[in-house]
Parts: sequence; structure tokens; C-alpha cells
Amino acid sequence: MYEKETIGKLKAAKAVWQERVDRIQSGKSSKPYTDRASTSGIDVGLVYTPEDVADMDYMRDLGFPGEYPYTRGYQATMYRGRLWTMRQYAGFATVEESNKRYKYLLGQGQTGLSIAFDLPTQLGLDADHPLAEGEVGKVGVSVSSLADLEVLFDGIPLDQVSTSMTINAPAAVLLAMYIALARRRGISPDKLDGTIQNDILKEYSSRGTYIFPPAPSMRITNDIFAYCSKEVPNWNTISISGYHMREAGCTAVQEVAFTLADGIAYVDAAIKAGLDVDSFAARLSFFFNAHNNLLEEVAKFRAARRMWAHIMKERFHAQNPKSMMLRFHTQTAGCTLTSQQPDNNIVRVTLQALAAVLGGTQSLHTNSRDEALSLPTEDSVRIALRTQQIIGFESGVTDTVDPLAGSFYIEAMTNRIEEEAWKYITKIDELGGAVKAIENGFIQQEIQKASYQYQLEIESGKRIIVGVNRFQVDEKPARNLMHIDSALYEKRRGELAAMKAGRDGAKVQAALARLKQTAEGNANLMPGVIEAVDAYATLGEVCDVLRSVFGEYESDASF
Amino acid sequence: MEHKIRVLVAKPGLDGHDRGAKVLARAFMEAGMEVIYTGIRRTPEQIAEVARQEDVDVVALSCLSGAHNTLFPKVVDLLREKGMGDVLVVGGGVIPDEDVPFLKAHGIEEVFGPGTPLATSVEYIRTHVNREA
Amino acid sequence: MDVRAGVLAGDIRSVARGISWVENDDPRAAELIRGIYPSTGRAYIVGLTGSPGVGKSTLVSRMAALMATGKRKVGVLAVDPTSPFSGGAILGDRVRMFDVALSPNVYIRSMGTRGSLGGISRATRMASRVLDAAGFDWVLVETVGAGQSEVDVHDVAYTTVVVMAPGMGDEIQAMKAGIMEIGDVFVVNKADRDGADRTAAQVASIVQLSDEREWHPPVLKVSAELNQGIESIIEAIGQHKSFLEHSGKLAEAKASMARRDVLEILRARLSEDLQHELDQPVLQEKLDEVANRHSDPYTVVDTVFEQYWRKP
Repeated sequence: MYEKETIGKLKAAKAVWQERVDRIQSGKSSKPYTDRASTSGIDVGLVYTPEDVADMDYMRDLGFPGEYPYTRGYQATMYRGRLWTMRQYAGFATVEESNKRYKYLLGQGQTGLSIAFDLPTQLGLDADHPLAEGEVGKVGVSVSSLADLEVLFDGIPLDQVSTSMTINAPAAVLLAMYIALARRRGISPDKLDGTIQNDILKEYSSRGTYIFPPAPSMRITNDIFAYCSKEVPNWNTISISGYHMREAGCTAVQEVAFTLADGIAYVDAAIKAGLDVDSFAARLSFFFNAHNNLLEEVAKFRAARRMWAHIMKERFHAQNPKSMMLRFHTQTAGCTLTSQQPDNNIVRVTLQALAAVLGGTQSLHTNSRDEALSLPTEDSVRIALRTQQIIGFESGVTDTVDPLAGSFYIEAMTNRIEEEAWKYITKIDELGGAVKAIENGFIQQEIQKASYQYQLEIESGKRIIVGVNRFQVDEKPARNLMHIDSALYEKRRGELAAMKAGRDGAKVQAALARLKQTAEGNANLMPGVIEAVDAYATLGEVCDVLRSVFGEYESDASF
Repeated sequence: MEHKIRVLVAKPGLDGHDRGAKVLARAFMEAGMEVIYTGIRRTPEQIAEVARQEDVDVVALSCLSGAHNTLFPKVVDLLREKGMGDVLVVGGGVIPDEDVPFLKAHGIEEVFGPGTPLATSVEYIRTHVNREA
Repeated sequence: MDVRAGVLAGDIRSVARGISWVENDDPRAAELIRGIYPSTGRAYIVGLTGSPGVGKSTLVSRMAALMATGKRKVGVLAVDPTSPFSGGAILGDRVRMFDVALSPNVYIRSMGTRGSLGGISRATRMASRVLDAAGFDWVLVETVGAGQSEVDVHDVAYTTVVVMAPGMGDEIQAMKAGIMEIGDVFVVNKADRDGADRTAAQVASIVQLSDEREWHPPVLKVSAELNQGIESIIEAIGQHKSFLEHSGKLAEAKASMARRDVLEILRARLSEDLQHELDQPVLQEKLDEVANRHSDPYTVVDTVFEQYWRKP
């Protein structure tokens, strides 16, 4: 970006300056500097200059917003055209209560829904399963059949909202229910807009809600890609997630590397299954974490966007520019929330949300201050949403696209993150790709190492967490927390029994038998799943059929 | 040879968040203890049976799904049924302060909330483990 | 709790406590072994060894499930490494064995190596006696899996199963000298993956080359994950067992096992005594002399031995 001569002069000047800095003694008005590294272990210089970005070529490395390699954003107008989608992840207890919360959020100016399911649902277990006791409705809403989804979306126009569902192993089943519900309301599936997380690889490596082994899981993913490309073209068929790996303790560099490696694995699998890259790649979306280190995070998002563009163009030879665009949802880092002085979390979330916006996110969930303690109360959720609105409407950071571009530090950091992330991707390629790297525990071990390191830094005081290892106060136990009634299990058992009594049992059995046949063969699973859930076959029943064919995955715990 | 403290780090319930459990397992190991880790999604029955077979001194339960009030006391009851009432049972995870008295009344001897220093948990176990007579 | 009576009655809690005593060198361990040793010698002990990542634990879990059909009881001793720095250990094999965790006829015990280097711990030997006395028909000993130095398992088991996985060509070459010689049964796990046939062929060629023995170790391809071919391993173990029985080698093995039981305890006790001996104040001067190079280790050892054996 700069003339050689300019850089040469600068180098000499910086050497002189550096010498002066190195001579600084501890005194009243000045202090010598200490070494710093980013959370990914990248050394951070005391100051950045054009020298640090001397090799940068503006058009090659940054370009314009909406143009390859999309470093500055995937749309030309970004937030000047339209703000990101404010999408608060919510869902708890019963479908009735969650429905009320969704309507409340839409009334407060939220622009998209994000459904949190409880763990039995996420694991393909009906609410009356013995393992569901104590878990029903705890971390999200309990959905066991189409009947539940009918109530969950009561009064919400499916063709006018975009709905994101955090569902992975049984993603096909929940998507099928959503499609069946739309059809019953006379809405054509091609009018549906939304996302299923559907990212099974990160379940194996960090989040833990897997059901089937990797091979059949990848088949289900491919079936969803293929089905949606024809029938539900506006649906984001996957949200390839680094979020949970970061929550599990990996670094920013690892988050980028492991997420993109997973992305490569999905694209590889789909191409192997016979899909044309441009038929599905534009519907791939991503999901990242926004952690505490503001500028490193901004650089992370920019690096990820540029890397994915290169991967799609050069590795997979995509032709459609849309296939090269990394679009992503961001959630602020749940693991940074502290139970000590919980109001401080509002400030953390603000900084993290700012990172996501400066990094060019397409949608954003801001955590609530009390989430280290329980599910958030309505008050806390409102503050979290207001945080986004203040950034969007008051802060001015949305006035121009990618405002931090050209900062010596941001660009140098973007480059460094990219460099380090490529190293991991190369290593994973050598291991045979992300599926193999997960199967042999490489990715889990890397995450585990980083996580333990981070914890040791907190314990030793090397890393300061306000209110936890410095600036503590005596605290009273938190009050007014959200409570989920454990008796819900009994209530749901009753509801399910009533639903099953009212449906056409023979029709259900026939549909499940047909699904089993399809699963044993190679045909696309989606039509059969839709038929089954439309006959009110339950989530558990459908997943049991698939379990009987595909088997279940048991993880090796890696340390 | 001295009596090595054996700890079962167990994850009852359906949540797959094992970051805390693994970090703790590693800290116990580095403190010289023998740690048996169950992996995720275990039932109280499995946990109690493993505790019996492994003759552990401590069962450390971790649950982030909110099901602790249902699951933790079950583990304690099953341990008692198996004649292992002397095993030290502690818990951790996302546990609101207001649930702590309930858990303590049901045999969970200490509850470590988010942000508890590793050293605190290690020290607690060292000083509270019941040595066999 | 009367651990001895409990062990003899097959009570799991007593078995677990008895093994802890053995592991901790608790004074009660000697008493326990004295009380139960007459009831041992019935269990058939199988060792499983192989590099990390070949899937030993899953395999053991599958085998245990199959072996425990009917009224037969299976005990598993799964050994993991103890950290030489902290003395602690993460015993992780159990994670892959939850399929059989609640099976009433399967007992699984995780053990740390606690300073031993040969892939099993010093207590593994006596722990298998405890299981034997408690009426377990099969004892499966799963080694650490650190590679070719793991030949100790051969000394505690009647049949040694060596487990490998596809794509281990170089490793097999390297293992020729050590572990390949102790295998009575070779298992290529993960047979559904690429390269399984090649690995099996490689193993077979090495086994044939080296073999002048009467027993010809079979090479089996299985998949523990898919639960395929497990019965062939159990069959092969059964065949090896009857080979040992009919050739009189099982009796020999039992005799040498008893001899090693004695030797191990003797060795442990002597080592402890000698440590104690070295701590005697009279010897400090001599040790200092070695440190200052005024004397040498051999001379001091001669002195120690003289004094030691002269003791009443």
C-alpha cells in the first residue's frame, strides 16, 4: 500500500523511536511497557505503522464492500442499507409461554425469531422419555410433535418472519414440521425464510448434542441441502458454528480455523454426494462468537470472510459470487458472563456486540446479564435487545461500512489471524479433513488445551476478570431469577398421551415404516420425514426409526 | 504407598457442555488425584454404579442444563442405597444460589458455582474427603 | 465391611475396596490376599494391548458384553497412565465402556500405572486375583497403550490379544521386535476403514515369519464401533485356551504365574526394605562419600548387602 521508500524511511524512524521507548524507566509520568498477546497468543506490538501492512494490496486483500474477497462486508451498502437482524435466542418451558415471549419480542422491535429448544428435543427424545425428566423446558422450549409447533407459532405469520432454529442432530425433523405447518396454513415452502443450525460436526467437537455417527449424520445434512435447494430456496440449510467451540474454550484463531474446516467438510461431502457447488453453497451460513477482545474479534470476522471467499473460489471453484460470501450470525460470548456483579455483564455484552457490528455481522443475539445464573428474565432480555438498538441507532458506528478498515493494527491482526488459521486448516487437511480430525480427537484436544490454559491464566491472575479475580465485592445472592417448574415433565407426558390418542395410529406406523425403508436405502430422507410428522409422528418416533438404521454415536472424551 | 484420592467427575443430564468438567478433571489430576470421567449424558443409575465399581472417594457432579434439583439428589440416594453414603458428593454448573440449600439438604455437601477458582475445589476435596476407617 | 467375605461372595463393593487396598499397598491387602488366594486360579485372564487410538476400550466393552452372556461374569481392569509429575491420573477408558456399565455381570475398574512402565500397574496382578476369588470367569486386562514396550501384560495374562488399526504400516514394522512376539491373537479393529486388508496381510506375514511355535496366532478383522466380528475374537481366545490346556501349557503358565506372584511381592518388599536401609543414619556418611567421589556406588552396595543379610 505504500512506496518502498516511504517504508524505508519509516523503518529508520521507528528504530530511533523504539530505542527511546526501550530506555523508558519506571517513573512518575511514564512507565516501561509490558508484553502483550491476543487471546490467540498472537504477539501484539506496542504500536502499528504502515510497515506492518506494507505487503497489503488494497484491491486484492480488501476490495470494496460486496466485492470479492468480501473482507469489508458481503453487501455493498451494509448497515447503511439495513441494520443487522436483531435476533434474540429465546424459548423456554412450554410452547404457550414461548409463543408469548416471541410475540413480546416482535412487539419490541425484534426482527427475527430464534428458537431455543430444550435438551430432550435437541436429542430427538420426546418429552415423556425417562431421560427427559428434570430436563423438559429447562434450556428451551419442548417440542415433540407438529401439534406443539402449531401452538408455538400461533398467530405468527410464517411468511413474514425469519425463523432461526437451534437444532442440529434432529434438524431434518424440526424443519419438516415447519414445512408441514406452513403447508397447512396454505403457505408455499418457497416463501419460508429462516435457518436451521444443522451443524453436526461441532456437536462432536464441542457442544455434545449428537445422536447418530458422523457418516449418516453427513448424509442427513446432504439430504437437507438437496431438498431445500429445490423446495425451500430461501432457507439457510446450515449455520456452521464456531460459537460453541469458542464457548468450549478455543481461541479466536481456532474458532476461525475449525469453523471453516467444518465448512470445507460439508462442502466436500455435498459435492461427493453429487451436488453442484453453486446449487447449495449460497445457502450456507455461519455462526460466530463475539468475545471480549474487541479488536481481535473484529479482525477475526474480517479474516473469516476473506478466507471463505478464497476457499470457495480457489478450492471448490464456485462460480456464483453468492457461494463465496460468508454470511454470519453472531452471539456474544456466554462464557464471559460472570455470576459475580452480574450487571457488569451488560457492559461486556455491549463491547462484544460492538465487535460483531464492526465485524459486519448479519444478525446478532446479545446475551442477558443474568444468564450465568439461569435463563434470562424479561427485563434482562429487554436490556440486551436495547443494547443492540443503541449501537444501531445512537453510536454512529453504522454510518459507514467497515469503519475500522485501514487501521494498521486491525489490518495486521486480520492478516495474522488468517495466517495462523491457515496453518490449522493445512494440518486438518493432512489429517484427512475435519471429520477425521474430530474422530481422532485432534480438534477436541486443541480446544481442551486452550481452555485449560485460559483457566490457569485466570487462576494465576495473569488474566484479569473484573469482579472475579480483581475488584470483588461482597455479594448478596441473586434474586428474581427465572424458574422453570420441574413438574413440567408430568404435564408434557399428559399432553403427549392425549395427542397420541387423537391421531391416526395406522397412518403414523405406515409413514414410519416407509421412512425406515428410505433410511436403509439412499433416497432423500426429507419427503418421508415430512410425511411422518404431518401424520403427527413424534420427534422421538422419527428419530428412533433413524437410530435403528444409523446407530448412535458414543464420544471418546479427549483430554 | 499413600491413599490416592479417587474422584468420579460425572455429568448427569442431557447437556453436552463439558468444558468445566474437563477443566476440573485436569486440575484434580494435577493435584495428584485419580480421576475417572464419565463422559456426557449419564443417568444417576450409571453414575452411582460406576462410583461403586471404581471405589471412589468423591463424586463431583456437573450439570448446566438446570436439571440439577432432579438429578443430583437421585445420585446421592442411589449411592446410599449401595452402601456408599460416606462418599463425598459435590456439585457444580449453572446453579442459582437459591437452589443451594435444597441441594445441601439432599446430601450434596458443597456446590461450586461459576467462577469458583480451581484451587478452591481442589482444597475443599482434600480437606473434606472421608478417609475410610 | 468384611472385605474378605465380601470378595468371596462376589460382592462388588468389597471387590472394589479390595482392589483399592492392593493399589494403595494398604497393610490390609496382604491379609486379604492371604484369605482369598486359595480361591483363585479359576479365572481365565486375557490381556489386550495396542497403540493409543486403535479402539481397545470400545473393543473390551464389546467383548465384555458378549462374554457376560449366561451366568458368566467378566471383570475388566483398564489401565491408564499416571502423571509422573503430579502422581495423578485421568482414567478415561471408562467413557467408552458405558454400554456395559449397568450390566450386572460386568465389573470395570480403572487403574493408574502409578509409576510402572510396562503398560500395566504393579497392582494389576493382585487386582486380577481379587476378581478371580470373587468368581469372575474372565478377567480382561487392558493396557495403557503406549506402544511396543508394553510386554508386561504377557506376564499377567494367559492369552494376549494385540489390537491394531488400519494404516499402521510403519508402526507394525517397528513393533516387530516387541509386541508382535507376545501376541496370541491379533485383531485389526476398524476393519470398515480403508487399508484394513493391507494391515491384516502385513501382520499375517510377520506372524508367519516369526513363528516356529505350535500355536499359530490368528489375525482377525473386526469393527468394535459397528459391533462386528467380536465373537471371532472370543472364539480365537477359546481356541488358544484349549490349545494351552491340551498341550499342558496352561498348567505351566499357572505355575509360572504363581512364581511371579511371589517374585513381585518379594521384589516390592525388598525394594522397600532397601530404601529404608539407605535412610539409616549410619549410611549417610557413605552416601556422602559417593557424592564427593571419595567412594563409589559398588563399594557402598557391597557394604549395604553385607549388613542387610546379616540382620537377624
